Amino acid sequence: MLEAFLASTIAMATPILLAALGELIVERSGVLNIGIEGAMLAGAFFGLTATWFSGSLALGLLASCAAAVAFNALLAVLAVNLAVNQVVAGTAIDILALGLTGVFYRRFFGLTGSAFTITPMRTIALGPLARIPLIGTALFDQSALVYLAFALVPSIAFVISHTRYGLELRAAGERPEAADALGLGVYRLRWQALMIAGVLSGLAGAFLTLTYTNTFIEGISAGRGYVALSVVIVGRWNAWGVAAASLLFGAAMALQFGLQAVGTAVPYQFFLALPYVLTIVVLAFMGGQADAPSALGSPYLRS
Amino acid sequence: MNARIAAAARPLAALVLAAAIISLVLIALGASPVAVAADLWQGAFGNWLATTDTLVKATPLVFTGLAIAIAFQGSLWNIGADGQLIIGAMAAGALGTALGGWPHPLAIIAMLTAGAAGGASWGGLAGWLRARREVNEVISTIMLNFVAAQVLSWAVHGPLMEPSHALPQSVVIAPSAQLAFYFEPSRLNLGMTVALLFTVVCHLGLFHSAAGFELRALGRNRRASAFFGIPIRRLTVLAMALSGALAGLGGAVQVSAITHRLFETMSPGWGYEAIAVALVARLNPLAIVPAAIVFGALDNGSQAMQRADAVSPVLVNVIQGMVIMILIAFDAMATTGMRTALFGLAGDARPSADAVAGAGDA
Repeated sequence: MLEAFLASTIAMATPILLAALGELIVERSGVLNIGIEGAMLAGAFFGLTATWFSGSLALGLLASCAAAVAFNALLAVLAVNLAVNQVVAGTAIDILALGLTGVFYRRFFGLTGSAFTITPMRTIALGPLARIPLIGTALFDQSALVYLAFALVPSIAFVISHTRYGLELRAAGERPEAADALGLGVYRLRWQALMIAGVLSGLAGAFLTLTYTNTFIEGISAGRGYVALSVVIVGRWNAWGVAAASLLFGAAMALQFGLQAVGTAVPYQFFLALPYVLTIVVLAFMGGQADAPSALGSPYLRS
Repeated sequence: MNARIAAAARPLAALVLAAAIISLVLIALGASPVAVAADLWQGAFGNWLATTDTLVKATPLVFTGLAIAIAFQGSLWNIGADGQLIIGAMAAGALGTALGGWPHPLAIIAMLTAGAAGGASWGGLAGWLRARREVNEVISTIMLNFVAAQVLSWAVHGPLMEPSHALPQSVVIAPSAQLAFYFEPSRLNLGMTVALLFTVVCHLGLFHSAAGFELRALGRNRRASAFFGIPIRRLTVLAMALSGALAGLGGAVQVSAITHRLFETMSPGWGYEAIAVALVARLNPLAIVPAAIVFGALDNGSQAMQRADAVSPVLVNVIQGMVIMILIAFDAMATTGMRTALFGLAGDARPSADAVAGAGDA
């Protein structure tokens, strides 16, 4: 019971964490990427498609990242170069991704009736750790993407706080005009951040179709990208906080499986709505923008 | 004047460019763009029934488009018109079953009031969270969309489910609460007329009232608005509640005129489509109506397209996303000059004072 709950918490938290770590970098550079949901969805679809046609999971992962990077590049042109409103641009990306994946999916797989499934990524047991009772298989017999997601937490925390690149990134997000005056290249920093985030959103999408399930349904990202946006706020724009918040939301999503199995009188819709309600409640109590990068969401135009 | 003509022409140019790009996508899919366009047109305007149904499908888009326009004019990024419409539809659908014996006009007014109140509660909640708890309304409205969908699902599986428990849907509302079809077999009804009425109300409220002026001032410059004593918090809650009320009205009209009952999928994403509608209309209420008809026609035609060309109707989402992107890109280029926008200029660097959203410059 506990083991199953832990395992589904990790499975639910991983795509959110991957996407949120990318969003963390993007937001630290001063861009708010609402299009993260669309990038994740594109990653999920094109990763599975590539794997289905090629039979190679590696190519699938590559395609996931490439698709999400392409969507983020679209956002970068709009939000960084053209300095358009980031919320509107991001929402447009989400709508576009929902449409494109849907059109391609139904064209190629909706009519043929052939099963759009692949052999998902294998789990890798970490030797004796995986044999620890209760928590072993849940924590230490997981796919490589899970280990990667959690290994990235300290790495990204270190890079943001203790490296020159992290300092430049934060400068672009806090005082873009000053960063530009110092010759740091705000456009370049924001583009780089969006490309890195594209790879991470792509992996988040790949986790959904190449690991957690082995198929695609329309809108499979199901708001996880939006939850990742909230996770960055709840995590106070800090990698460790983001990891903790991802686990919290993962646990909230995992509750539905656990409690449905137990069979409660509570309607299942309550559990499906829980992560979203939790997001609102948590933000209401700690949603203040005091810790946010000062220039978050404001376009920067050199003039 | 020239700038105004250019601002009005850009949505058309965006539609044309989007059509060109989508033609390439269709060719990649192995479908003929010409056939798809012909089938879209045939499905939307091919005959009297198709044309009237385009108006019927445009009606909820007028309501949600107005909802987005009101919120965006105040730089309140309400992405939650979908959830607000759903809660409005639920309120109206629940009340409508109890209105048997009411005089028809009163029953309709009760339905619309319930829809507006339901939507206003959902939008107002996001406004309150923004005003009092500093919760970004983009996140809260998106989250509330998901919550609304689950609330509706619970309602039609639970308290509002029809007694036979055959399907997850509610009982049909009382006949007195139903808007009649004027010219059967067409589904033309009073809904579009109500939508036009609210379009005029929104136009007057936004451009000819003190509150509308304050809202637009808030949208242009929040800090200056505070300086001039505009009650920002109250205005935020009010504008979000009004925005939600308009979306909720759309839900109530849909239940009253078309579906007559509630089921799980009340909205095919009108709240998101409305963002494209409102931006194409330059956030100008009077222009919402033609913009809604364009997108309503796409929705309507997409079904004929699916039958004839085996292209999924979600192609309409591709069109919406592209139109929004191309339009805001055009606006940015027109505002800053393309070279500046794409490459920046050497020399003094300074931050842009305002978001060059392009929205609301009509």
